[in-house]
This record gives sequence, structure tokens and C-alpha cells, in this order.
Amino acid sequence: MRKMNHKSATRQQPSTIELVNRNLAKRKRAEWRFRVYGIGAILFGFVCLLILFTDIVGKGHGAFFKTQIQLQLSLDSESLQVTNPSSEQLENANYDAVIENALLTDNSALMASELSALDKRQLLSLVSTGAVYDLQKMLIDTPEQLNHEVSMWLTADDDVDNYVKSRTRNEQGFSGRLTEQQQKWVDRWLEQGQIRQTFNTTFFTSGDSREPEQAGIRGALMGSLYMLLVTIGLSFPIGISAAVYLEEYAPRNRLTDFIEVNINNLAAVPSIIFGLLGLAIFIGFFDMPRSIPLVGGLVLTLMTLPTIIISSRAAIKAVPQSIRDAAYGLGASKMQVVLHHVVPLAMPGMLTGAIIGFAQALGETAPLLMIGMVAFIVDVPADLLDPASALPVQIFLWADSPERAFIERTSAAIMVLLAFLIAMNGLAVWLRHRLGRGH
Amino acid sequence: METPTLIIITLLCAAGAYILGRNRASDIASRGSQQGTLHSLPYYYGLLSSLWCAVPCLMIVLIWTLLDDYAVHAAIVNVLPESAQTLPENEVDLMVNTVINLALYPNSLISSSTPDYLIQAGQDYLRWQQLSQLSLTVVVLISLVLAFSLSWNLIKAKVKARQQVERVFQWTLLLCASIAILTTIGIVLSVLFESLRFFQSINFFEFIFGTHWSPQTALRIDQVGASGAFGAVPLFVGTLLISFIAMLIAVPVGLMSAIYLSEYATPKFRAVVKPMLEILAGIPSVVYGFFAALTVAPFIRDSGHFLGLEVSSESALAAGLVMGVMIIPFVSSLSDDVLKAVPQSLRDGSLGLGATQSETIKRVVIPAALPGIISGVLLAASRAIGETMIVVMAAGLAAHLTANPLESVTTITVQIVTLLVGDQEFDSPKTLSAFALGLMLFMVTLALNYVALYVVRQYREEYE
Repeated sequence: MRKMNHKSATRQQPSTIELVNRNLAKRKRAEWRFRVYGIGAILFGFVCLLILFTDIVGKGHGAFFKTQIQLQLSLDSESLQVTNPSSEQLENANYDAVIENALLTDNSALMASELSALDKRQLLSLVSTGAVYDLQKMLIDTPEQLNHEVSMWLTADDDVDNYVKSRTRNEQGFSGRLTEQQQKWVDRWLEQGQIRQTFNTTFFTSGDSREPEQAGIRGALMGSLYMLLVTIGLSFPIGISAAVYLEEYAPRNRLTDFIEVNINNLAAVPSIIFGLLGLAIFIGFFDMPRSIPLVGGLVLTLMTLPTIIISSRAAIKAVPQSIRDAAYGLGASKMQVVLHHVVPLAMPGMLTGAIIGFAQALGETAPLLMIGMVAFIVDVPADLLDPASALPVQIFLWADSPERAFIERTSAAIMVLLAFLIAMNGLAVWLRHRLGRGH
Repeated sequence: METPTLIIITLLCAAGAYILGRNRASDIASRGSQQGTLHSLPYYYGLLSSLWCAVPCLMIVLIWTLLDDYAVHAAIVNVLPESAQTLPENEVDLMVNTVINLALYPNSLISSSTPDYLIQAGQDYLRWQQLSQLSLTVVVLISLVLAFSLSWNLIKAKVKARQQVERVFQWTLLLCASIAILTTIGIVLSVLFESLRFFQSINFFEFIFGTHWSPQTALRIDQVGASGAFGAVPLFVGTLLISFIAMLIAVPVGLMSAIYLSEYATPKFRAVVKPMLEILAGIPSVVYGFFAALTVAPFIRDSGHFLGLEVSSESALAAGLVMGVMIIPFVSSLSDDVLKAVPQSLRDGSLGLGATQSETIKRVVIPAALPGIISGVLLAASRAIGETMIVVMAAGLAAHLTANPLESVTTITVQIVTLLVGDQEFDSPKTLSAFALGLMLFMVTLALNYVALYVVRQYREEYE
């Protein structure tokens, strides 16, 4: 094309404007296409974000509600095997028998013939094995209910939960792992209003469990909290000190250069390598126990330090030199200049960077797997030396579980984790606006 | 006294020393002419005295705690019978552990079959433990008193308290800064040391060039497949395949959105869109892993079946796609920075010659920003190679040597996790191979980071 133009140009000498106009439409189309690519790229990012969030919320919102079954329980001391209502006896009473009786009498109207052993087992499995603990707690709190008939809402098994939730979503033909007989029983309860959905407090108050309907995130949440405390307590002061040294004290020499390159490199080292470091140093060399928040916190500290140092240095760099000069001019010493003027002025920037670092640490999983924080732990940890899990690790563990109900719980745990992260990032933005004003 | 109590006492003493020192310095200053005016402000004297109290005592506690275990260990070995002392090292360690456990839980562990010398050693252990704690308490208390009286005498008008305090302050800062170096040294040493042990039993070249990976070594020597195979090529290929897919998504999308945001977008649009895109980078990778494993992988498998393709349920494609999405904001914000650093005069020159905006960007801005963009891409690649959770959850465990993105592959990080999660003995080649893989990962990412940082440094100097 262009060559031909050139040849004809030597003969007929078309003006420059003609040459430009000939290509103009094509160039404008190219310009338009380029912009569309740009917008398309941004849109692609947004669509991914949107799909991710709707997917998680769609899968997880159900976990905030649990299904309960209303039963008439007769708390007679004979079937409870209780002779006098002292609390030790009530703790060890035979609650299973009470629930069993209630289930059988409740369904006797439906069943003309006697139940086979298999039917009986299927019937009993509709109520969560955790229901006995609710019953026990109720009776210990109000022992005067003994020998009375009470109507109580008991937590349903996760399969019932799934079935009921899928019915309200109008999913045709979903039965999960319920047999036809079990579905009939649940359907009858639904018709009679004996099944309800309430807010799932268990999810927030209990630790991990093999039974989805009893599993909660409290233990993982506390573990994450303890680790975050260790990380904040160590990495923030150390990070700021290192940044102050590098910006205010360090002479420009090879050692400082080396430290600087090192910190930048460390910030980009894969997190799993820090896990290997923690395994070899803290657990292998110092013989600390596995799966405790203290070790997790130490590993996360080493991981977040470079991030905090880099952002703190940027904040210190942004403090105008005139402020230092003024303080020196009034006779302040180096330490006074740093502690009384530079650090307070750089604090908003340092805090912002640190909070973003902590948010990363909160979502980190891989290094924690290395130091053994993947153990199945039911108890909520009470201090830094108790075996614990962490929220992202809990997500990882639940994601591996085959039960359908755990998908729901995993997504819900992700929602909680994301809520924390968004809150932390929001705090960082707010700090930047609030404290950053004035200079 | 217990160690935590000792530390608290020391800190309380330091606080007291601060108050006393400051008051005494104030006294001297108010008496003024008799002893000459004070060199530093009173609170520096307070700080100096509390440092004198706290630092030596805390050092003693620290060193004592570190050496305590070794001393007690040696002492226990000493009282064991000769026959036990000549056993191999790890059996002696095991015996020492037994002794300590027997001493701590005598009711549940000691039975009639427990040898007498173990019980005896356990009681010795308890006695030493008490003795050690007692002497530590005494030493710390004595040194507290000593340090206290010494610092009391230090408070004189001529003492340059400020200089001394500031020197300690500066050394503390230097110590904090060197933790970064210590971490690097720690990483290199711990990974290298274990890797060397691995290469004692497995040939280095077999590890690098071998094409068969199955690290499951047997418990007994005579079992089938007892040796295990440690050819890491399938892992390298799997890692590269997934990273390549991720970069295929992240680089064009990230670069184009950076170009749009820095060259075309209005400031308002940019202020809204940029932080929203960065949410993608703030989402933990375990969430992406869950998304990849439960939503993307089944979707790809189903659409593959619909088209008549054979897709495995854990495909490299699913992990790579999701990882690419995760890295988009990373590429985009790094390229954004370098695009912004291109001087406006270059754009003005090109536009003034009649080039359209896209022509300016393609022919002038991008070539000018190219080194920075390349370094951003290198950093993103290093991140993709080191990413763990997405591939652990979505990529699979089987070490296939394949370039087909629809098959399942495994990566270096996946193997490190599967080899080290759970209880393993520390000296089998299976466990040690994880450290060798870690070494490879560290070296590769380090090289990528180093080149990237170097390019950025060189490039930044051009316009300044």
C-alpha cells in the first residue's frame, strides 16, 4: 500500500494533507480499537471480581442460618436416668433417650406399623448429634423443667439443613443424602411448621467440628487474632526502627546498599519459603511446639517486616527536610529530631503501610501449613501457646471436606475473612485521610 | 522464681531506676553552682539508669535460658549408665526425652517395668531444674542491685548521659535493620543445610534432570519401590506451565488497564477504578484457591466435555486462569508507576507531530517505559512461580510431564506442602527433598527479583 502511494507521489506530487487523509479513517479506527482494549481490560477485572464475590456470597449466605426441628420432649427422670437433679447427674444424663423417644412419639401417627431398626436409625440421624448438648445446657440452667413436658427447637442434621434450604430455593429433585423415607418425615414437619431457620450462632461461637452443623470459626478466629497480636507487637516497632535507621542514620555505603537490596528482595520472596524458614529455625532448631500461634506470629512477623520497612521509609522520606533543619537549628539532638518531629509526622504513612501489611498477614496460609497449623483442633485457644488454627487455614481445611454443607461454611468463613480485610483496608484509607492532613 | 516473673521484676526496677535517676539529676541541677551544671537534661539520666538496670539483666536471662537446655541435657547424659552413653546420638536424645517426660508426669508414665536409672535421672533432672532456676534468680537479683548502685553513682554533672543514651538508641535501630539480613541468612542457611543433606543421598543431577517424581519412600528397606524417585523436571514443567497461563492473562489485561488508567482516564474515573481493581490483589490466595477448585475447574471440565475434549477435573488451566486474575492488579500498578514516570514532553512531541494518542502510546510511551514494564512482568512471574494456595487447591498432585493445559500437573510449591504437612521424620530423603525444592524456588525467584530490581534502578535514574 504504502509503497504504491510513494511511487504515485513521485509522479503526481499529492499534498501531505491528502496522504494523511487517506489513512485517517484507518488510524481513527485503530485509536478506537486501542481504547476499547483498555476499557475491556478494566471490565474484565471487574467481571472477575463480580463473579468471585457473587459466587462466594451465593454459596455462603446459607451458612448464617441453621435449620431447627421442634419436638415435644418429655424430660421424665426415668428415661434421663436421673435420681436427683444435682448438676453432676444432669451432666451425665441420658439425653439421647429423650430425643429418641420424642422422635418416635412424634412420628407414631405417621407410622402404622412398627419401625424397623434401619428406619429407626434413619429417623434418629435427622437430629444433630450436638442437640444433646443444647438439651443438657437447658436442663442444667433450668433444673425445674425436670419431669415436665417441654417443646424445644433442636438443631437438625446438616443433610436435613441442605434439603430444607434447597427446597426454599426451589431446586427440583434435590435430596442430598436423605433417603425417600427421611424426606417424607422432613416434608411432614415442614407442613406442620415444625421446622424453622434461625440465625446460626454456632458458626460464630464454636470451634471446628467434623459435623458441619456444629462447626464454627471461633477457634480459627481466636488463633488468627493471637497471631496478629504477635505480628503487630513485633513487626511494627522493629519495622519502624529499621526504617528510621536506614533513612536518618545510615551512612551511604555498601552495607546500607546491601541491607536495602536485601529488604526489597525479601518483600518478593514467596511466602512458603518463610514457612520453610519457620519450620527449620523455630521448630527444628529452637524446638518450639508445632501449631501454636506464637510460632505462626513469628513467621508472619518476618514476612511482613519488609513491607512495613519499605512503606515506613517512604513515609519518612516524605517528611520535609525543613522540619529537621528547624529542629537542629534550635539545638535538638539527632534522637530528639527523630523522635519528636520526624516519626510523629511520618506516623500516618507508617500506620497505613503497616495495616496493609497486617491485612496480608491475616490472609496468609502457606507458611502456616509448614509449621503445622493444619491440625484438626476443636478447642478455642486460650493463649499464645495453645494449639490453634487460623481463619485462612480453616478455609483451606473445610474446602477439602467432602460434605456439601462444608462448602457453605467455607464460603461463609471466606465472607468473614474478607469482611475483616475490607475493614482493615478501610481503616488504612481513613487514617490516610484523617491524619495525613496538614502537611 | 519463674522466668516471666524475673523479667517483670527487672522491668519494674528499670522503671524505678528511671524515676530515681531523673529525680537525682534534677536535685543535682537545682543545687547548681556547687557541682557545676548538668551536662544533659534530667530525663536522659533517668533513661541511662534504667538502661543500666534492664539491659544486663535481660541479657543474663536470655543467655541463661538458651544455655539451660544444653547444660541439663549434658547433665542427664552424664548420669545415665555407660552403656546408654555410648549409643548413637539420636537414641541418647530419645532417652533424655523419656527421662524428662518421666520426671514431669510420674503418675501416668512410671510403671513397674521402668528401669530404676531412668527414674533416678528424672529426679536428678528435677533437682537441676530447680537449682538452675534458683541460681538464675539469685544472679539476676544480685546484678540488679549491682547495676542499680552503679547507675546511681553514674549520675554526676559531668557524665554525658545524652550521648550514651543516643548511642544505645542508634545501636538498637541498627539491630532492627539487620534483622532483614538475618532473615535472609536464616533462609539460605536453613534451606541450604537441609538440601545438602538431601544431596548426600540423592544425586544432584538426578534431581535436576530426572523426569520421574514419586517421593513416597517406603518405611522398610525391603518394601517395593523403597527408594522413591526424585527427578524434579515434571515439577519444573508444571510450575512453568501454570505460570505461563497466568502471565498470558495477567500481562495483557494488566498492561492495557494500566495504559487506559494512566493515559486516557479522567482523574475522577481513575480515583474510583484503581482502588477497586486493587481489591483483586488484596483477596487472600486461599480464597482464589477455593474459587478455582470449586467453581472454575468444574466449569472448565464441563465446557470441555461439551466440546468433546478430555479435561481432567484438576486442570493446569483452571489454576493458571485464576492465578492470572490474581496477578492483574500487580502488573497493572507496577506498569502504571513506570508509565507515569515517562516525561510529558515525550508525549507532547509525538502528539505535536500529528500522531494519534494510541500511536504515541505504542511508539513512544511504551518503548520509553519498557524496562520498567519488563521488570514488573518479571516480578509478577516470580510471584506466579512462588504462589502456593491456588495450585495446592486446584492444580493436583500427580507429577505428569505434559504441556497440555487441560491435564492436571503439579508444581514445586504443591510438592513442598504435601511433603511437609503432617508429622514426618526430619531425616528421610522424602522430607529433605522439600527443602531442596525450596532452595530451587528461592534461587529462581531471587534471580528474577534481583534482575527486576536492578532494571528498575537503572531505569529510574534516566529521567532524574
